[in-house]
Amino acid sequence: MQLIARAVGHRYGALEVLAGIDIEVREGETLALIGPSGCGKSTLLGILGGMIEASAGSVELRGVPPAGCLNPLTYVFQDFALLPWRSVADNVALGLEHHAIGRRERKERIEAVLALTGLGDFADAYPRQLSGGMRQRVGIARAIAVRPAVLLMDEPLSALDAQTRELLQEELTAIWARERTTTVYVTHNLTEALHLADRVAVLSRRPGRLKQILEVPIPREERASPAHAPMLAQLHAALWDQIRVEAAAADREVADAG
Amino acid sequence: MPAEKQPVPFRGAGFDPTPRRFASWIAFAGILLAWQAASSTGLLPELFMPSPDAVLSALARMSASGELWLHLGTSIRRIVLGFLLGAFAGLLLGLAMGIFSMARAVGLPIVSALFPIPKIALLPLLILWFGIGETSKVATIALGVFFPTAVAAKTAVDGVARNLIRMAQSFGTPASAIVWKIVLPGALPGILGGLRIAASIALILVTAAEMIGAEYGVGALVLGAGNLMQTDKLVAGVVLLSLMGLAVSFGIGLLERRLLRWR
Repeated sequence: MQLIARAVGHRYGALEVLAGIDIEVREGETLALIGPSGCGKSTLLGILGGMIEASAGSVELRGVPPAGCLNPLTYVFQDFALLPWRSVADNVALGLEHHAIGRRERKERIEAVLALTGLGDFADAYPRQLSGGMRQRVGIARAIAVRPAVLLMDEPLSALDAQTRELLQEELTAIWARERTTTVYVTHNLTEALHLADRVAVLSRRPGRLKQILEVPIPREERASPAHAPMLAQLHAALWDQIRVEAAAADREVADAG
Repeated sequence: MPAEKQPVPFRGAGFDPTPRRFASWIAFAGILLAWQAASSTGLLPELFMPSPDAVLSALARMSASGELWLHLGTSIRRIVLGFLLGAFAGLLLGLAMGIFSMARAVGLPIVSALFPIPKIALLPLLILWFGIGETSKVATIALGVFFPTAVAAKTAVDGVARNLIRMAQSFGTPASAIVWKIVLPGALPGILGGLRIAASIALILVTAAEMIGAEYGVGALVLGAGNLMQTDKLVAGVVLLSLMGLAVSFGIGLLERRLLRWR
């Protein structure tokens, strides 16, 4: 489905964090949101999914939800947000409870997403027994089990070490190749954005405004190949140009505030 | 630096506790032996501090005559009744204060104001209301258990990770299910911690209440034995109280291990 934000603005008290955001997430695409820290990326993601009430503007979901969709706007969280008292399978089940699906379909969906995320052997494990990467796989499995219309990912890999992040990027690429779920992906990592996104939206520093949307003209599955490295490096440089000054300014701002 | 080899010595040891399994038992036995020796040699006058074996034989005598079981049974019945009443009501109010803004706005100032009152001070009033019998004692214990349980439950609900609640909301989980599936399990460790404290308060209060006005009960046993200078029975009563405390602590520990296996 399409997700369309019109003139979205947000303030926390006197602090304006977002201003005049017009953005259209296209059906089936992965849109990365990047910007300097404190620019309101996560706030925007919260507004897009209805978890934060915008101070201005509106958000609209358009189109037909995918078959079997139980929760159109579904998040994957930076801190995983797993229930420590539930096993892996039961954590995935949470999103399926309180919906009109039968016991058998619930079980099938859980088995399918656990297999898809490589968690098949860990169905009965508890979160504390898992590594960070495995925990986020549970978070991803829980999200795709509900067959979302739009997947909202809030820095999903930033709590992980570099190697695990790389692995999960590959796995996300594979999942999107199969499911083509419309996704909004917040990250502060330009490389991650360029590896995963069809388009990269750049926000300015606070109050965050949409500065630019950059198209990544390489098929996602081929981006790991060395042949495309020069072009990705170019795009990276272009994005960094956009953000560098803003990030430096934001950095000083935070330092002054402290 | 001169070009000579210097081995790097290990210096990171020392501050991690290592298990010493028998040390505690040996120390315990050592204290008992020293106590017994001091009594046998007359260092400890029997009248003021009975020997361990005198205490044991006092326990055996009271057990045989049934006196022990009468006192113990009476105290346990009061504790169990008072604890169940106080814990149930405290849990209800504490959870309500944690979950509902209105219950918090109304309840929290009242609970905060009444919490610091030593509940034994209310016993005379409760005796006026309910008479000298069981009810006033059970009510004192229930009050003593109620407040710490309510405060612990409210604090535990406050401490439930907000991100988990938001996660459940984002999956469309209804509010009542969020209470059952996120808030209650998340608050359980704090609630059990509160019940542990409440149980020790119940033990203090039953002893104090029984010393103020009771025919039976371990507190009455200890006080009565003291009045008659029967120090062997007195210390036997103290040992009973200590055993009751250990039993309660063991029971809550068991509950924690069963319910909090995921930790």
